[in-house]
Amino acid sequence: MSILIYTENENGNLKKSAFELASYGKALADNANTALNAITINSNNESDLAAYGVEKTFKLVNNAFDEFNANKYAHAIAEAAKKCNANIIILSSSANSKYLAPLLAVKMEAAYASNVVELPSEIEPLKVKRSAFSNKAFSIQELSSPTKIISLAKNAYGIHENKSSNTILDFEIADLSDKIVVTSVDKSSDKVSIADAEIVISGGRGLKGPENWNLIEDLADVLGAATACSKPVSDLGWRPHSEHVGQTGKPVASNLYIAIGISGAIQHLAGVNSSKVKVVINTDPEAPFFKAADYGIVGDAFEVVPELIEKLKVFKTENA
Amino acid sequence: MKILVCISHVPDTTSKINFTENNTKFDSNGVQFIINPNDEFGLTRAMWFKEKQGASVDVINVGLQDTEPTLRKALAIGADAAIRVNSTPTDSWNVAREIAKVATENNYDLIICGRESIDYNGGMVPGIIAALNNYNFITNCIALDIEGNTVNASREIDGGRENLKTTLPLVVGSQKGIVEESDLRIPNMRGIMMARKKPLNVIEPSFSEITAQVINFEKPAPKGDVKLVDAENIDELINLLHSEAKVI
Repeated sequence: MSILIYTENENGNLKKSAFELASYGKALADNANTALNAITINSNNESDLAAYGVEKTFKLVNNAFDEFNANKYAHAIAEAAKKCNANIIILSSSANSKYLAPLLAVKMEAAYASNVVELPSEIEPLKVKRSAFSNKAFSIQELSSPTKIISLAKNAYGIHENKSSNTILDFEIADLSDKIVVTSVDKSSDKVSIADAEIVISGGRGLKGPENWNLIEDLADVLGAATACSKPVSDLGWRPHSEHVGQTGKPVASNLYIAIGISGAIQHLAGVNSSKVKVVINTDPEAPFFKAADYGIVGDAFEVVPELIEKLKVFKTENA
Repeated sequence: MKILVCISHVPDTTSKINFTENNTKFDSNGVQFIINPNDEFGLTRAMWFKEKQGASVDVINVGLQDTEPTLRKALAIGADAAIRVNSTPTDSWNVAREIAKVATENNYDLIICGRESIDYNGGMVPGIIAALNNYNFITNCIALDIEGNTVNASREIDGGRENLKTTLPLVVGSQKGIVEESDLRIPNMRGIMMARKKPLNVIEPSFSEITAQVINFEKPAPKGDVKLVDAENIDELINLLHSEAKVI
């Protein structure tokens, strides 16, 4: 028995979610009185996992895994799980991890719970709390298969240091052929993605047109944030669909979400509700977003946002 | 090309979410049910395959009789026939197993499911069907073109899109982008009339083992009131975000 986490990287550097998974996995391993293992695929800094409780890392380095392939990655994780006799496998909630999770579930004949929001309250059977109904409720489930897979909801647990030995083992597996081939990837490398961002700045129809998006971008620049938009804005073609957040768009689970000129339709709120702190700036005090937000300013974005940008610049220099 | 579209019967987005029987059951009282939006994008794409490339389109749901109006709506939109597996969909593994079995028996080339349902948000069913039947699998699918046996598709990834090439048979997890919101179809009177005459076959379930049992539901704690900051006092907002919320 042991626990295995699959830690993801971006250009070789482990993502923040990797350390969050390790922190969560370590706490679960302590509760279950077992050890925490990790698998890394083509990463450079797996030794950093020692700060968060990982005892053993299966380090896979292989060109065949340079491009993400859900089936191949699921195969690699399954092989590592067999190697360390893992009965609980923990994944992040990234697009790639959610893609491979059901494939891994079939390989391991494992029950799988996505969007898990806290540590299991019982170990055997594993009792997990997961968000459901687009963040309007939680479901508490018992997973009873011998091997279990859970995906930790983004930002649900945080990062907690816990020093460990972290023995790094070179891990080799035979390449697996798969009929899905990546032909190209369109990804803006200079911008932080909505999925990975700590702060997301989102604009709605209240901004009146795409020509005013410099307000959103400038504010995002000051805060190192990702930019997002409401559904009407992407439907109108003011911003690309990839920026649309909400129920049918991307989910947001950032630390801070600032909604500017967004009224807060229920579909929008469903997608952004897991953000820790929500700020709304809107001229209409009756906008539904004020009911969902933690902080609000009733005011004109065209006056409030430029001032906010200037004051934040001062704040950033003073607190740098 | 034979297409199977999986239809989840879910509460309308604007529904109030409540539970009964000691928070163990979803309270469907007064709730309007709809085709899961992610499924509806996929169903619309399937309609284009039918109209432009002569594909046949069946729809399937694992659920009890109360889900039939949702299947009829899919027929009214233009699907040829519907299948209902007569079982309470309590466990995603089971739902996937039932659909995988039907898919094997009927040799579907393409299975389209929404990337996830908007009620349980599991996101498991399409991938499990694909892995069980050894079909290729693409989820978060935002573009799909098929010529003969060759598939060109795009998948939304964190921070961009990935373009992929593969072959049939294939399972797709659909979402907005595979068609746009403006492409969705509202059934017309003729469609609704025709849907009444289309076959809706009910089959009995083959699997009953449950590995992820829902014990109960909880609602989030009520949120505190919003703290309003005067538009003339931006410094206060920055101070609150820094000292109180600790997010900047």
